[in-house]
Amino acid sequence: MESMMALVVGGLYAAAIYMMLRRSIVKLVIGLVLLGNAANLLIFTSGGLTRGAPPLVPDGAAMPAGAVADPLAQALILTAIVIGFGVLAFAVVLIHRAYEVVGADDMDRMKDTDT
Amino acid sequence: MRKQSVILRTAAHVLLPLLLLFSAFLLLRGHNAPGGGFIAGLVASAALALYLFSLGIASARHALGVDPRRLIGAGLVIAIGSALPAAFFGDAFFTGRWLTLDWFPSGPLKLGTPLLFDLGVYLVVIGSVMTIVLTLAEAEERPDAPSNEGD
Amino acid sequence: MRPEIALPILIPLAAGALSLLAWRSHAAQRTLGLVGTGLLLAASLWLAASTWQDGILVMHMGGWPAPFGIVLVSDLLGAIMVVLAGITGFATAVYSLVAVGREHERFGYYPLLHLLLAGVNGAFLTGDVFNLYVWFEVMLVASFALLILGGERAQMEGAIKYVTLNLLSSALFLSAIGLLYGMAGTLNMADLAVRLAETGSNGLTTVIAVLFLVAFGIKAAAFPLFFWLPASYHTPLVAVSALFAGLLTKVGVYALFRFFTLIFTHDVAFTHEVLLWIAAATMLTGVLGAAAQFEFRRILSFHIVSQIGYMIMGLALYTPLAIVGGVFYIVHHIIVKANLFLISGVVYRLRGSYELARLGGLYRSSPGLALLFLIPALSLAGMPPLSGFFAKFILVRAGLEAGAYTVVGVALVVGLLTLYSMIKIWNEVFWKAMPENDGEPNDDVMNDDRPAQPAGGLALLYLPVIGLAALTLGIGLGAQPFLELAERAAAQLLDPTGYIHAVLGDAAGIRP
Repeated sequence: MESMMALVVGGLYAAAIYMMLRRSIVKLVIGLVLLGNAANLLIFTSGGLTRGAPPLVPDGAAMPAGAVADPLAQALILTAIVIGFGVLAFAVVLIHRAYEVVGADDMDRMKDTDT
Repeated sequence: MRKQSVILRTAAHVLLPLLLLFSAFLLLRGHNAPGGGFIAGLVASAALALYLFSLGIASARHALGVDPRRLIGAGLVIAIGSALPAAFFGDAFFTGRWLTLDWFPSGPLKLGTPLLFDLGVYLVVIGSVMTIVLTLAEAEERPDAPSNEGD
Repeated sequence: MRPEIALPILIPLAAGALSLLAWRSHAAQRTLGLVGTGLLLAASLWLAASTWQDGILVMHMGGWPAPFGIVLVSDLLGAIMVVLAGITGFATAVYSLVAVGREHERFGYYPLLHLLLAGVNGAFLTGDVFNLYVWFEVMLVASFALLILGGERAQMEGAIKYVTLNLLSSALFLSAIGLLYGMAGTLNMADLAVRLAETGSNGLTTVIAVLFLVAFGIKAAAFPLFFWLPASYHTPLVAVSALFAGLLTKVGVYALFRFFTLIFTHDVAFTHEVLLWIAAATMLTGVLGAAAQFEFRRILSFHIVSQIGYMIMGLALYTPLAIVGGVFYIVHHIIVKANLFLISGVVYRLRGSYELARLGGLYRSSPGLALLFLIPALSLAGMPPLSGFFAKFILVRAGLEAGAYTVVGVALVVGLLTLYSMIKIWNEVFWKAMPENDGEPNDDVMNDDRPAQPAGGLALLYLPVIGLAALTLGIGLGAQPFLELAERAAAQLLDPTGYIHAVLGDAAGIRP
């Protein structure tokens, strides 16, 4: 299972970098999204792929019954997804406005700030 | 915005209150079970976004009732406010504090600062998602926006 | 319970929330901007005073003990950084009263300013690696939005580069966190220090360390991934530029200082050697880039890059004296750099351009401004008796003692080239005669700073400039207390046992 996840993570990173190297800014954003997802999956994998119940404490007990999955890795991913969602929303607004201003979906035409 | 189908419009009218109710359920359930402010806020914003797509920006703004940016502000104030009660008792910020009301026959009702924090998150999420969606939708409708062809 | 640890985060958050609620009232937003940052400055000074007196302060958020909950930790370095954020924030808020027009306030300038400050302070104070990531993102989202306030073409293009590289860095940061958690099973910085010291040096730790190094290196605009900075920092409002120049890259530098003194000290011979070469390359490329520029804010942007090199050099040498130099350099740099950007804004306000070729004669018309420019400019170049002299002097001496002659040589050459750059600005902007042109103010770069209120506002623009220049002079002439502060901060950094004990308490000893 671990090695399969490792391959998926690697594939996602590769796809993300390929997309980011394209000239189109829309593809750039898609690449950024894939990169975030790859990082999340990496946390998930390296946090340990254990099968276990959700770490919920039943009523009246002091600790969960039986083995539970590590909740921290999942909490980290959830937080990262939330943040990624906010950043992605911003990036979409940004490329929309950049498209309006520049009039092209092409990185090669964005040379105003080059030095 | 183009005229939308009757089915979608009718469905949006029915679904908006139902989804808002569901989001309130998720918000309250999140205290001790899966759920919570963030997911509830997303459900509520999805409902409002559906309303926006089917009935247009003006009616969505009307349904929301307030400027979404104010919602972010109010949510933040509530969330920060939930950190403060603990400080008055000399604990670290965000330490949970509960108020137990036992006026009900069904058992005592415990209201706590984590719920307050969730409520703040709920409002912040609705506010920020709606700000973004409305910004994008309005940019789409502006007459001076470049058309998709011929540029 | 020490409330002052959380106040530098809660105050800007609350001020931001309230100014969102007061969306329609410009007066209320401005007042909140001033009061919020003023309170932040006061709270940060309180925090610094407490940290100075009582040593490292810790707050366990929500009452959850470390390493299970999130902790806020204020050691001297963190407290110093928070004070600097307070100073920069307050100066920017005063400057913004005049320099930021209504049309920008309408897009949320003040709430974003507060959010940015909250993110920056959160990053300085947190004791948890993942929490650091969260604060980084808070800061980044606020900075994205501030960067494109105004919506000019150059801003959009600069923002795309800025956003892309910073998100790439965030993704690397997140990946490194994942691997670190998989390896050590904890994300509390103090706990990490303990556990990594137990496992000792191995290849995986070094790989993770280098991942963090790359991630923070991008945020700090270190060589070779600094391109986003000169591509974007000259495009936003001047007040925003000054705030970014003072604070954002320094958060990356702070994170490098924290990680490579507390957590990753297992293989100093490798990691800090890499840092040393990065420092030299950063200094050199930054200053050479500046030499090729003829636009006020672009020159200053490239100098940020080269100055980052000095700070990293202090960390890389990793001797007590070098760390002192690095900390002192950060203090000096934030104040000077923010001030130079504010001055460029005043010049723009007076002459309507950032292009050196179109400027001139300001020494004749406003000698006061010329003098105010000279103080931070010469301090940046390292002239005695200003703050930059002591900062560079300590670093060079530490370098000589450590036998790192190459990097010392680079530092000295870069100092000379910095002086050249500053003299270039002085000659072109202040000394030479005003060039003959058709007299119409051009707006080739930005048109954001058209006077919103005529005349009277200029005094308010000068106020923060004078204040920061006075601080620069003060740090230079009365360097001793500041040196002592930097020495104690460096001592805390080099001996992490105090930090670990403060966070984990007695739990540090009984680890299985």
